[in-house]
Amino acid sequence: MIGFFNCYRRQVLVTLALTALWAVFTLASPAAFTGIRIYRSFMSTIPVTLILTLGMTLLVILGEMDLSFPSVSAAAAFVFASLYAKAGWPPAAAMALALASGAAMGLFNGFLVVKVGVPSIIATIGTQFFWRGLILLAADGLAIALSAIRGHWIHSLFVGRLGLWELPAQALWGLSVAVVLGLLLNRHPFGDAILFIGDNRKTAEMMGISVDRVRLATFTLMGFLAAFAGLLATLELNNWWPTQGEGYMLLVFAAVFVGGTSAYGGQGTIYGSFVGAILIGIIEAGIVSAGLVGFWTRFIHGLVIILSVSAYAGMARWRPHG
Amino acid sequence: MEPAVTMRGITKSFGPIHALRGVDLDLQAGEVLALLGDNGAGKSTLVKILSGLHVPDSGTMTLDGKPVDWRRYDVARARDMGVETVYQERSLGEKQPLWRNVFVGRHLRNRLGLIDVRREKVETMKLLADVIGFRGVGLHPEARVASLSGGERQGLAIARAMYFDAAIIVLDEPTTALGVTEAEKVLSFVERLRTEGHSCLFVSHEMHHVHRIADRFALMERGRIATILKKSEISLKDLAEKLLLGEEDRP
Repeated sequence: MIGFFNCYRRQVLVTLALTALWAVFTLASPAAFTGIRIYRSFMSTIPVTLILTLGMTLLVILGEMDLSFPSVSAAAAFVFASLYAKAGWPPAAAMALALASGAAMGLFNGFLVVKVGVPSIIATIGTQFFWRGLILLAADGLAIALSAIRGHWIHSLFVGRLGLWELPAQALWGLSVAVVLGLLLNRHPFGDAILFIGDNRKTAEMMGISVDRVRLATFTLMGFLAAFAGLLATLELNNWWPTQGEGYMLLVFAAVFVGGTSAYGGQGTIYGSFVGAILIGIIEAGIVSAGLVGFWTRFIHGLVIILSVSAYAGMARWRPHG
Repeated sequence: MEPAVTMRGITKSFGPIHALRGVDLDLQAGEVLALLGDNGAGKSTLVKILSGLHVPDSGTMTLDGKPVDWRRYDVARARDMGVETVYQERSLGEKQPLWRNVFVGRHLRNRLGLIDVRREKVETMKLLADVIGFRGVGLHPEARVASLSGGERQGLAIARAMYFDAAIIVLDEPTTALGVTEAEKVLSFVERLRTEGHSCLFVSHEMHHVHRIADRFALMERGRIATILKKSEISLKDLAEKLLLGEEDRP
Protein backbone atom coordinates (compact mmCIF):
# COMPACT_ATOMS: atom_id res chain seq x y z
CA MET A 1 0.00 0.00 0.00
CA ILE A 2 1.34 3.35 -0.94
CA GLY A 3 0.29 6.00 1.50
CA PHE A 4 0.35 9.74 1.38
CA PHE A 5 3.84 9.86 2.86
CA ASN A 6 5.28 7.52 0.27
CA CYS A 7 3.90 9.52 -2.63
CA TYR A 8 4.83 12.90 -1.26
CA ARG A 9 7.78 12.22 1.02
CA ARG A 10 10.05 14.78 -0.63
CA GLN A 11 7.39 17.45 -0.24
CA VAL A 12 6.76 16.40 3.35
CA LEU A 13 10.47 16.54 4.13
CA VAL A 14 11.05 20.02 2.74
CA THR A 15 7.94 21.30 4.52
CA LEU A 16 9.19 19.86 7.81
CA ALA A 17 12.60 21.40 7.21
CA LEU A 18 11.09 24.83 6.65
CA THR A 19 8.89 24.49 9.74
CA ALA A 20 11.84 23.40 11.87
CA LEU A 21 14.02 26.24 10.65
CA TRP A 22 11.27 28.75 11.24
CA ALA A 23 10.71 27.36 14.74
CA VAL A 24 14.42 27.65 15.56
CA PHE A 25 14.54 31.24 14.30
CA THR A 26 11.37 32.14 16.21
CA LEU A 27 12.77 30.70 19.42
CA ALA A 28 16.07 32.46 18.86
CA SER A 29 14.51 35.86 18.18
CA PRO A 30 10.82 35.86 19.12
CA ALA A 31 10.48 39.61 18.77
CA ALA A 32 11.50 39.64 15.14
CA PHE A 33 9.68 36.50 14.03
CA THR A 34 6.33 37.25 15.65
CA GLY A 35 6.01 40.70 14.13
CA ILE A 36 4.76 41.53 10.64
CA ARG A 37 7.82 43.48 9.55
CA ILE A 38 10.12 40.57 8.85
CA TYR A 39 7.45 38.79 6.82
CA ARG A 40 6.82 41.91 4.80
CA SER A 41 10.51 42.04 4.06
CA PHE A 42 10.53 38.34 3.07
CA MET A 43 7.60 38.97 0.74
CA SER A 44 9.46 41.74 -0.99
CA THR A 45 12.72 39.84 -1.56
CA ILE A 46 11.83 36.15 -1.86
CA PRO A 47 9.53 36.44 -4.93
CA VAL A 48 12.53 37.29 -7.12
CA THR A 49 14.41 34.13 -6.07
CA LEU A 50 11.17 32.19 -6.18
CA ILE A 51 10.33 33.05 -9.79
CA LEU A 52 13.87 32.20 -10.90
CA THR A 53 13.75 28.95 -8.92
CA LEU A 54 10.44 27.90 -10.46
CA GLY A 55 11.71 28.44 -14.01
CA MET A 56 14.91 26.57 -13.21
CA THR A 57 12.90 23.70 -11.74
CA LEU A 58 11.21 23.07 -15.08
CA LEU A 59 14.58 23.13 -16.86
CA VAL A 60 16.20 20.75 -14.35
CA ILE A 61 13.24 18.35 -14.63
CA LEU A 62 13.71 18.56 -18.39
CA GLY A 63 17.31 17.44 -17.83
CA GLU A 64 18.88 20.82 -18.65
CA MET A 65 20.09 23.86 -16.79
CA ASP A 66 20.57 27.56 -17.39
CA LEU A 67 23.54 29.36 -15.88
CA SER A 68 22.87 32.52 -17.87
CA PHE A 69 19.78 33.65 -15.98
CA PRO A 70 21.53 36.30 -13.81
CA SER A 71 22.77 38.02 -16.96
CA VAL A 72 19.50 37.55 -18.84
CA SER A 73 17.70 39.03 -15.86
CA ALA A 74 20.01 42.05 -15.78
CA ALA A 75 19.96 42.47 -19.56
CA ALA A 76 16.16 42.48 -19.70
CA ALA A 77 16.00 44.96 -16.84
CA PHE A 78 18.56 47.08 -18.71
CA VAL A 79 16.26 47.10 -21.75
CA PHE A 80 13.49 48.36 -19.50
CA ALA A 81 15.63 50.92 -17.65
CA SER A 82 17.20 52.42 -20.73
CA LEU A 83 13.98 52.55 -22.75
CA TYR A 84 12.09 54.12 -19.89
CA ALA A 85 14.68 56.38 -18.28
CA LYS A 86 16.76 57.29 -21.33
CA ALA A 87 14.51 56.96 -24.39
CA GLY A 88 11.41 58.15 -22.56
CA TRP A 89 9.18 55.20 -23.45
CA PRO A 90 5.99 54.61 -21.49
CA PRO A 91 6.83 52.07 -18.75
CA ALA A 92 4.29 49.49 -19.91
CA ALA A 93 5.77 49.39 -23.41
CA ALA A 94 9.32 49.28 -22.04
CA MET A 95 8.33 46.43 -19.77
CA ALA A 96 6.69 44.45 -22.57
CA LEU A 97 9.80 44.78 -24.71
CA ALA A 98 12.01 43.82 -21.76
CA LEU A 99 9.98 40.65 -21.18
CA ALA A 100 10.13 39.84 -24.89
CA SER A 101 13.90 40.34 -24.88
CA GLY A 102 14.19 37.91 -21.95
CA ALA A 103 12.17 35.33 -23.87
CA ALA A 104 14.38 35.90 -26.92
CA MET A 105 17.55 35.38 -24.87
CA GLY A 106 16.01 32.17 -23.49
CA LEU A 107 15.16 31.04 -27.01
CA PHE A 108 18.75 31.73 -28.03
CA ASN A 109 19.96 29.41 -25.23
CA GLY A 110 17.51 26.83 -26.48
CA PHE A 111 18.76 27.25 -30.03
CA LEU A 112 22.38 26.64 -28.94
CA VAL A 113 21.39 23.55 -26.98
CA VAL A 114 18.73 21.99 -29.19
CA LYS A 115 19.76 22.99 -32.71
CA VAL A 116 23.53 23.50 -32.43
CA GLY A 117 23.89 20.67 -29.92
CA VAL A 118 25.96 22.33 -27.17
CA PRO A 119 25.31 20.85 -23.70
CA SER A 120 23.21 23.38 -21.79
CA ILE A 121 25.68 23.84 -18.92
CA ILE A 122 28.34 24.93 -21.43
CA ALA A 123 26.12 26.94 -23.76
CA THR A 124 24.72 28.98 -20.89
CA ILE A 125 28.14 29.68 -19.39
CA GLY A 126 28.85 31.27 -22.75
CA THR A 127 25.66 33.31 -22.90
CA GLN A 128 26.07 34.27 -19.23
CA PHE A 129 29.33 36.08 -20.08
CA PHE A 130 28.02 37.29 -23.44
CA TRP A 131 24.96 39.17 -22.15
CA ARG A 132 26.73 40.48 -19.07
CA GLY A 133 29.55 41.77 -21.25
CA LEU A 134 27.16 43.35 -23.69
CA ILE A 135 25.23 45.26 -21.02
CA LEU A 136 28.43 46.40 -19.33
CA LEU A 137 29.50 47.86 -22.65
CA ALA A 138 26.09 49.32 -23.45
CA ALA A 139 25.64 50.89 -20.00
CA ASP A 140 29.28 51.90 -19.84
CA GLY A 141 29.37 50.20 -16.44
CA LEU A 142 27.01 52.76 -14.93
CA ALA A 143 23.82 52.27 -12.95
CA ILE A 144 20.53 53.80 -14.11
CA ALA A 145 18.36 55.52 -11.53
CA LEU A 146 14.62 54.99 -11.89
CA SER A 147 13.27 57.11 -9.05
CA ALA A 148 10.59 58.63 -11.32
CA ILE A 149 8.88 55.24 -11.64
CA ARG A 150 7.64 55.41 -8.06
CA GLY A 151 3.97 56.25 -8.01
CA HIS A 152 3.43 55.13 -11.60
CA TRP A 153 0.72 52.47 -11.89
CA ILE A 154 3.23 49.97 -13.27
CA HIS A 155 5.23 50.33 -10.06
CA SER A 156 2.12 49.88 -7.90
CA LEU A 157 0.92 46.92 -9.96
CA PHE A 158 4.12 44.94 -9.58
CA VAL A 159 5.79 46.08 -6.37
CA GLY A 160 3.17 48.25 -4.64
CA ARG A 161 2.10 47.68 -1.03
CA LEU A 162 -1.35 46.17 -0.63
CA GLY A 163 -3.96 46.49 2.07
CA LEU A 164 -3.83 47.24 5.73
CA TRP A 165 -0.68 45.19 6.27
CA GLU A 166 1.07 46.78 3.27
CA LEU A 167 1.95 43.43 1.78
CA PRO A 168 4.29 43.65 -1.21
CA ALA A 169 2.48 43.02 -4.51
CA GLN A 170 5.37 40.94 -5.83
CA ALA A 171 4.44 38.22 -3.34
CA LEU A 172 1.15 37.79 -5.20
CA TRP A 173 3.01 37.70 -8.50
CA GLY A 174 5.36 35.04 -7.16
CA LEU A 175 2.43 33.01 -5.87
CA SER A 176 0.61 33.36 -9.20
CA VAL A 177 3.66 32.19 -11.15
CA ALA A 178 3.88 29.18 -8.81
CA VAL A 179 0.22 28.28 -9.32
CA VAL A 180 0.42 28.65 -13.09
CA LEU A 181 3.65 26.64 -13.39
CA GLY A 182 2.29 24.03 -10.98
CA LEU A 183 -0.73 23.52 -13.21
CA LEU A 184 1.48 23.57 -16.28
CA LEU A 185 3.78 20.87 -14.91
CA ASN A 186 1.20 18.58 -13.34
CA ARG A 187 -2.01 19.13 -15.20
CA HIS A 188 -1.03 20.08 -18.75
CA PRO A 189 0.43 17.97 -21.59
CA PHE A 190 3.32 20.45 -21.87
CA GLY A 191 4.41 19.58 -18.31
CA ASP A 192 3.88 15.92 -19.05
CA ALA A 193 6.23 16.31 -22.00
CA ILE A 194 8.84 17.96 -19.74
CA LEU A 195 8.66 15.04 -17.30
CA PHE A 196 8.96 12.38 -20.00
CA ILE A 197 11.79 14.15 -21.85
CA GLY A 198 13.73 14.52 -18.59
CA ASP A 199 13.04 10.90 -17.76
CA ASN A 200 14.23 9.51 -21.08
CA ARG A 201 14.39 11.45 -24.33
CA LYS A 202 14.06 8.29 -26.44
CA THR A 203 10.90 7.25 -24.62
CA ALA A 204 9.44 10.71 -25.11
CA GLU A 205 10.14 10.51 -28.84
CA MET A 206 8.54 7.10 -29.05
CA MET A 207 5.45 8.43 -27.31
CA GLY A 208 5.09 11.05 -30.02
CA ILE A 209 6.25 14.05 -27.96
CA SER A 210 7.79 16.89 -30.01
CA VAL A 211 11.00 16.79 -28.00
CA ASP A 212 12.86 19.68 -29.65
CA ARG A 213 9.89 22.01 -29.55
CA VAL A 214 9.29 21.40 -25.84
CA ARG A 215 12.99 21.93 -25.04
CA LEU A 216 13.07 25.21 -26.98
CA ALA A 217 9.89 26.37 -25.29
CA THR A 218 11.19 25.59 -21.79
CA PHE A 219 14.41 27.56 -22.35
CA THR A 220 12.30 30.43 -23.70
CA LEU A 221 10.05 30.29 -20.63
CA MET A 222 13.14 30.44 -18.37
CA GLY A 223 14.35 33.55 -20.21
CA PHE A 224 10.95 35.17 -19.83
CA LEU A 225 10.82 34.39 -16.10
CA ALA A 226 14.40 35.63 -15.60
CA ALA A 227 13.35 38.91 -17.23
CA PHE A 228 10.26 39.12 -15.03
CA ALA A 229 12.29 38.52 -11.87
CA GLY A 230 14.85 41.11 -12.96
CA LEU A 231 12.12 43.67 -13.56
CA LEU A 232 10.59 43.05 -10.13
CA ALA A 233 14.00 43.57 -8.48
CA THR A 234 14.62 46.74 -10.49
CA LEU A 235 11.19 48.19 -9.74
CA GLU A 236 11.48 47.33 -6.04
CA LEU A 237 14.82 49.11 -5.73
CA ASN A 238 14.08 51.90 -8.26
CA ASN A 239 17.48 51.32 -9.66
CA TRP A 240 19.26 49.27 -12.29
CA TRP A 241 22.93 48.40 -11.95
CA PRO A 242 25.20 46.45 -14.26
CA THR A 243 26.05 43.58 -11.91
CA GLN A 244 22.43 43.02 -10.96
CA GLY A 245 21.42 39.39 -10.47
CA GLU A 246 24.88 38.01 -9.77
CA GLY A 247 24.04 36.92 -6.23
CA TYR A 248 21.17 34.71 -7.34
CA MET A 249 23.03 31.94 -9.12
CA LEU A 250 23.79 29.66 -6.19
CA LEU A 251 20.69 30.55 -4.18
CA VAL A 252 18.47 29.47 -7.05
CA PHE A 253 20.17 26.13 -7.56
CA ALA A 254 20.18 25.58 -3.80
CA ALA A 255 16.43 26.22 -3.67
CA VAL A 256 15.75 23.85 -6.58
CA PHE A 257 17.69 20.97 -5.02
CA VAL A 258 16.59 21.62 -1.43
CA GLY A 259 13.06 21.43 -2.87
CA GLY A 260 13.65 17.82 -3.88
CA THR A 261 14.02 18.13 -7.65
CA SER A 262 16.28 15.40 -9.02
CA ALA A 263 19.55 16.48 -10.62
CA TYR A 264 19.09 13.57 -13.04
CA GLY A 265 15.90 14.98 -14.56
CA GLY A 266 12.41 13.57 -14.90
CA GLN A 267 11.45 14.26 -11.29
CA GLY A 268 10.66 17.36 -9.31
CA THR A 269 7.84 19.48 -8.00
CA ILE A 270 6.81 23.12 -8.07
CA TYR A 271 5.63 22.80 -4.47
CA GLY A 272 9.07 21.60 -3.36
CA SER A 273 10.79 24.48 -5.12
CA PHE A 274 8.29 26.95 -3.69
CA VAL A 275 9.10 25.82 -0.16
CA GLY A 276 12.80 25.52 -1.03
CA ALA A 277 12.94 29.14 -2.19
CA ILE A 278 11.31 30.34 1.03
CA LEU A 279 13.63 28.20 3.13
CA ILE A 280 16.73 29.55 1.42
CA GLY A 281 15.26 33.05 1.52
CA ILE A 282 14.64 33.24 5.28
CA ILE A 283 18.05 31.97 6.35
CA GLU A 284 19.94 35.25 6.12
CA ALA A 285 17.36 37.35 7.94
CA GLY A 286 16.89 34.61 10.51
CA ILE A 287 20.57 34.47 11.31
CA VAL A 288 21.00 38.20 11.55
CA SER A 289 17.97 38.65 13.79
CA ALA A 290 19.14 35.78 15.99
CA GLY A 291 22.12 37.97 16.76
CA LEU A 292 24.71 35.96 14.87
CA VAL A 293 27.05 37.66 12.47
CA GLY A 294 26.18 37.51 8.78
CA PHE A 295 29.12 35.19 8.16
CA TRP A 296 26.97 32.36 9.45
CA THR A 297 24.65 32.69 6.47
CA ARG A 298 26.74 30.76 4.00
CA PHE A 299 27.58 28.11 6.54
CA ILE A 300 23.90 27.51 7.34
CA HIS A 301 22.99 27.55 3.65
CA GLY A 302 25.62 24.90 3.07
CA LEU A 303 24.43 22.84 6.01
CA VAL A 304 20.80 22.93 4.88
CA ILE A 305 21.74 21.96 1.34
CA ILE A 306 23.98 19.07 2.41
CA LEU A 307 21.40 17.71 4.86
CA SER A 308 18.47 17.91 2.46
CA VAL A 309 20.14 16.43 -0.61
CA SER A 310 21.57 13.63 1.57
CA ALA A 311 18.09 12.91 2.88
CA TYR A 312 16.72 12.72 -0.68
CA ALA A 313 19.56 10.45 -1.75
CA GLY A 314 18.77 8.18 1.21
CA MET A 315 15.10 8.13 0.22
CA ALA A 316 15.97 7.22 -3.34
CA ARG A 317 17.95 4.19 -2.17
CA TRP A 318 15.29 3.05 0.24
CA ARG A 319 12.22 2.72 -1.90
CA PRO A 320 9.97 -0.21 -0.96
CA HIS A 321 7.22 0.67 -3.45
CA GLY A 322 9.04 3.02 -5.75
CA MET B 1 -11.70 -7.85 -45.45
CA GLU B 2 -9.07 -5.14 -45.91
CA PRO B 3 -5.63 -6.03 -44.60
CA ALA B 4 -4.78 -4.03 -41.49
CA VAL B 5 -1.52 -2.90 -43.09
CA THR B 6 -0.23 -3.07 -46.64
CA MET B 7 3.29 -1.96 -47.50
CA ARG B 8 4.55 -1.75 -51.05
CA GLY B 9 8.05 -1.05 -52.29
CA ILE B 10 9.28 0.46 -49.03
CA THR B 11 12.91 1.58 -49.24
CA LYS B 12 15.07 3.33 -46.70
CA SER B 13 18.76 4.20 -46.71
CA PHE B 14 20.95 5.66 -44.02
CA GLY B 15 23.83 7.23 -45.92
CA PRO B 16 25.48 4.41 -47.87
CA ILE B 17 23.57 1.67 -46.01
CA HIS B 18 20.45 0.34 -47.72
CA ALA B 19 18.42 -0.81 -44.75
CA LEU B 20 15.29 -1.59 -46.76
CA ARG B 21 15.44 -2.41 -50.48
CA GLY B 22 11.77 -2.65 -51.43
CA VAL B 23 9.60 -4.32 -48.82
CA ASP B 24 6.15 -5.64 -49.72
CA LEU B 25 4.19 -6.85 -46.73
CA ASP B 26 0.55 -7.37 -45.73
CA LEU B 27 -0.62 -7.69 -42.15
CA GLN B 28 -4.05 -9.31 -42.23
CA ALA B 29 -6.73 -8.11 -39.84
CA GLY B 30 -6.69 -10.12 -36.64
CA GLU B 31 -3.54 -12.10 -37.34
CA VAL B 32 -0.24 -12.31 -35.50
CA LEU B 33 2.52 -11.99 -38.07
CA ALA B 34 6.05 -12.72 -36.90
CA LEU B 35 8.84 -10.70 -38.45
CA LEU B 36 12.06 -12.69 -38.32
CA GLY B 37 15.59 -12.13 -39.48
CA ASP B 38 19.16 -11.68 -38.37
CA ASN B 39 20.49 -8.41 -37.00
CA GLY B 40 20.76 -5.91 -39.80
CA ALA B 41 18.10 -7.59 -41.93
CA GLY B 42 15.96 -4.47 -41.63
CA LYS B 43 13.36 -5.54 -39.07
CA SER B 44 13.75 -2.61 -36.75
CA THR B 45 13.82 -0.05 -39.59
CA LEU B 46 10.57 -1.49 -40.90
CA VAL B 47 9.02 -1.33 -37.44
CA LYS B 48 10.11 2.29 -37.03
CA ILE B 49 8.49 3.22 -40.33
CA LEU B 50 5.22 1.59 -39.34
CA SER B 51 5.25 3.27 -35.92
CA GLY B 52 6.04 6.72 -37.34
CA LEU B 53 9.63 7.18 -36.09
CA HIS B 54 11.15 6.99 -39.61
CA VAL B 55 9.87 8.12 -42.98
CA PRO B 56 10.81 5.85 -45.91
CA ASP B 57 12.64 7.11 -49.01
CA SER B 58 9.98 5.59 -51.26
CA GLY B 59 7.06 3.22 -51.14
CA THR B 60 3.43 3.31 -50.04
CA MET B 61 1.50 2.12 -47.03
CA THR B 62 -2.17 1.78 -46.19
CA LEU B 63 -3.70 1.34 -42.76
CA ASP B 64 -7.09 -0.35 -42.81
CA GLY B 65 -7.33 0.55 -46.51
CA LYS B 66 -6.52 4.24 -45.96
CA PRO B 67 -3.37 5.48 -47.71
CA VAL B 68 -0.74 7.06 -45.45
CA ASP B 69 0.54 10.53 -46.30
CA TRP B 70 4.23 10.33 -45.33
CA ARG B 71 4.57 14.10 -44.99
CA ARG B 72 2.09 14.06 -42.11
CA TYR B 73 2.96 10.67 -40.65
CA ASP B 74 4.71 10.70 -37.27
CA VAL B 75 4.32 8.86 -33.97
CA ALA B 76 1.36 10.92 -32.82
CA ARG B 77 -0.40 10.45 -36.18
CA ALA B 78 0.37 6.71 -36.17
CA ARG B 79 -1.21 6.40 -32.73
CA ASP B 80 -4.23 8.35 -33.97
CA MET B 81 -4.56 5.90 -36.85
CA GLY B 82 -4.51 2.95 -34.45
CA VAL B 83 -0.87 1.86 -34.61
CA GLU B 84 0.65 1.27 -31.20
CA THR B 85 4.20 0.04 -30.62
CA VAL B 86 5.53 -1.89 -27.65
CA TYR B 87 9.32 -1.79 -27.59
CA GLN B 88 11.78 -4.11 -25.89
CA GLU B 89 12.41 -1.25 -23.51
CA ARG B 90 11.79 2.47 -23.33
CA SER B 91 8.07 2.23 -23.99
CA LEU B 92 7.55 3.70 -20.55
CA GLY B 93 8.92 6.59 -18.50
CA GLU B 94 10.71 4.86 -15.60
CA LYS B 95 10.35 7.64 -13.04
CA GLN B 96 6.77 8.51 -13.93
CA PRO B 97 3.69 7.15 -12.22
CA LEU B 98 1.66 4.45 -13.95
CA TRP B 99 -1.24 6.75 -14.78
CA ARG B 100 0.99 9.21 -16.63
CA ASN B 101 2.44 6.37 -18.66
CA VAL B 102 -0.97 5.12 -19.65
CA PHE B 103 -2.18 8.51 -20.82
CA VAL B 104 0.98 10.20 -22.11
CA GLY B 105 0.22 11.96 -25.39
CA ARG B 106 -3.53 11.27 -25.00
CA HIS B 107 -4.57 12.77 -21.70
CA LEU B 108 -8.16 13.02 -20.58
CA ARG B 109 -8.96 16.71 -20.18
CA ASN B 110 -11.50 18.41 -17.99
CA ARG B 111 -13.58 21.43 -18.98
CA LEU B 112 -10.70 23.79 -18.29
CA GLY B 113 -8.46 21.85 -20.63
CA LEU B 114 -6.37 20.53 -17.75
CA ILE B 115 -5.46 16.88 -17.31
CA ASP B 116 -8.20 15.10 -15.40
CA VAL B 117 -5.86 13.34 -12.97
CA ARG B 118 -8.54 11.75 -10.84
CA ARG B 119 -10.30 10.12 -13.79
CA GLU B 120 -6.98 8.98 -15.26
CA LYS B 121 -6.06 7.27 -11.99
CA VAL B 122 -9.43 5.51 -11.82
CA GLU B 123 -9.08 4.36 -15.43
CA THR B 124 -5.53 3.19 -14.76
CA MET B 125 -6.71 1.03 -11.87
CA LYS B 126 -9.43 -0.46 -14.06
CA LEU B 127 -6.98 -1.13 -16.82
CA LEU B 128 -4.53 -2.81 -14.48
CA ALA B 129 -7.20 -5.03 -12.99
CA ASP B 130 -9.28 -5.83 -16.08
CA VAL B 131 -6.88 -5.94 -18.93
CA ILE B 132 -3.80 -7.32 -17.31
CA GLY B 133 -5.10 -8.90 -14.16
CA PHE B 134 -2.58 -7.17 -11.87
CA ARG B 135 -4.21 -7.53 -8.53
CA GLY B 136 -3.36 -7.51 -4.90
CA VAL B 137 0.32 -6.80 -5.44
CA GLY B 138 0.11 -3.31 -4.04
CA LEU B 139 -0.10 -1.62 -7.39
CA HIS B 140 -1.22 1.92 -7.18
CA PRO B 141 -1.68 4.45 -10.01
CA GLU B 142 0.98 6.59 -8.33
CA ALA B 143 3.52 3.74 -8.29
CA ARG B 144 6.56 4.33 -10.49
CA VAL B 145 7.28 2.16 -13.50
CA ALA B 146 10.70 1.46 -11.97
CA SER B 147 8.97 -0.66 -9.33
CA LEU B 148 7.46 -3.05 -11.93
CA SER B 149 9.08 -6.25 -13.17
CA GLY B 150 10.04 -6.56 -16.85
CA GLY B 151 6.95 -8.61 -17.66
CA GLU B 152 4.67 -6.18 -15.86
CA ARG B 153 6.16 -3.30 -17.84
CA GLN B 154 5.46 -5.02 -21.14
CA GLY B 155 2.02 -5.88 -19.79
CA LEU B 156 1.38 -2.22 -19.02
CA ALA B 157 2.52 -1.14 -22.49
CA ILE B 158 0.26 -3.77 -24.08
CA ALA B 159 -2.62 -2.83 -21.81
CA ARG B 160 -2.19 0.77 -22.87
CA ALA B 161 -2.51 -0.24 -26.51
CA MET B 162 -5.63 -2.27 -25.72
CA TYR B 163 -7.13 0.56 -23.69
CA PHE B 164 -6.90 2.91 -26.66
CA ASP B 165 -8.20 0.09 -28.83
CA ALA B 166 -5.25 0.12 -31.25
CA ALA B 167 -6.11 -1.89 -34.36
CA ILE B 168 -2.47 -2.64 -35.07
CA ILE B 169 -0.02 -3.48 -32.32
CA VAL B 170 3.66 -3.71 -33.11
CA LEU B 171 5.65 -5.76 -30.61
CA ASP B 172 9.34 -5.08 -31.07
CA GLU B 173 11.20 -7.90 -29.26
CA PRO B 174 8.86 -7.71 -26.27
CA THR B 175 10.28 -10.84 -24.60
CA THR B 176 13.98 -10.46 -25.36
CA ALA B 177 15.11 -9.04 -22.03
CA LEU B 178 12.86 -11.24 -19.90
CA GLY B 179 13.16 -14.42 -17.87
CA VAL B 180 11.08 -17.51 -18.63
CA THR B 181 8.09 -16.79 -16.39
CA GLU B 182 7.97 -13.13 -17.34
CA ALA B 183 8.17 -13.96 -21.05
CA GLU B 184 5.33 -16.43 -20.57
CA LYS B 185 3.18 -13.65 -19.14
CA VAL B 186 3.87 -11.44 -22.12
CA LEU B 187 3.01 -14.25 -24.54
CA SER B 188 -0.30 -14.75 -22.81
CA PHE B 189 -1.00 -11.01 -23.26
CA VAL B 190 -0.26 -11.37 -26.96
CA GLU B 191 -2.62 -14.34 -27.21
CA ARG B 192 -5.24 -12.21 -25.61
CA LEU B 193 -4.62 -9.47 -28.17
CA ARG B 194 -5.37 -11.92 -30.95
CA THR B 195 -8.50 -13.20 -29.22
CA GLU B 196 -9.78 -9.66 -29.01
CA GLY B 197 -9.20 -9.06 -32.71
CA HIS B 198 -6.11 -6.83 -32.72
CA SER B 199 -3.63 -7.34 -35.54
CA CYS B 200 -0.07 -7.85 -34.32
CA LEU B 201 3.33 -7.57 -35.91
CA PHE B 202 5.62 -9.53 -33.61
CA VAL B 203 9.34 -8.98 -34.04
CA SER B 204 11.51 -11.48 -32.23
CA HIS B 205 14.64 -13.57 -32.20
CA GLU B 206 13.12 -16.20 -30.00
CA MET B 207 11.97 -18.92 -32.34
CA HIS B 208 9.98 -20.93 -29.80
CA HIS B 209 8.02 -17.83 -28.71
CA VAL B 210 7.32 -16.85 -32.25
CA HIS B 211 6.33 -20.29 -33.42
CA ARG B 212 3.87 -20.67 -30.61
CA ILE B 213 2.21 -17.32 -31.02
CA ALA B 214 2.25 -16.36 -34.71
CA ASP B 215 -0.11 -17.29 -37.55
CA ARG B 216 2.43 -16.49 -40.26
CA PHE B 217 6.17 -15.87 -40.41
CA ALA B 218 7.86 -13.28 -42.59
CA LEU B 219 11.60 -13.81 -42.97
CA MET B 220 13.65 -10.72 -43.72
CA GLU B 221 17.03 -10.81 -45.40
CA ARG B 222 19.17 -7.87 -46.46
CA GLY B 223 16.37 -5.35 -46.53
CA ARG B 224 13.74 -7.51 -48.22
CA ILE B 225 11.08 -10.02 -47.26
CA ALA B 226 12.63 -13.31 -48.38
CA THR B 227 9.81 -15.73 -47.54
CA ILE B 228 6.40 -15.75 -45.97
CA LEU B 229 5.19 -19.00 -44.44
CA LYS B 230 2.03 -20.09 -42.71
CA LYS B 231 2.31 -21.85 -39.38
CA SER B 232 0.88 -25.05 -40.93
CA GLU B 233 3.64 -25.04 -43.51
CA ILE B 234 6.65 -25.28 -41.23
CA SER B 235 7.76 -26.85 -37.97
CA LEU B 236 9.63 -25.03 -35.24
CA LYS B 237 12.81 -26.93 -36.11
CA ASP B 238 12.62 -26.10 -39.81
CA LEU B 239 11.81 -22.48 -39.06
CA ALA B 240 14.88 -22.18 -36.84
CA GLU B 241 17.02 -23.81 -39.49
CA LYS B 242 15.68 -21.63 -42.22
CA LEU B 243 16.46 -18.53 -40.26
CA LEU B 244 19.92 -19.75 -39.38
CA LEU B 245 20.91 -20.70 -42.91
CA GLY B 246 19.22 -17.93 -44.79
CA GLU B 247 17.31 -18.24 -48.05
CA GLU B 248 20.14 -17.59 -50.48
CA ASP B 249 22.72 -19.87 -48.93
CA ARG B 250 20.58 -22.98 -49.10
CA PRO B 251 21.20 -25.58 -51.83
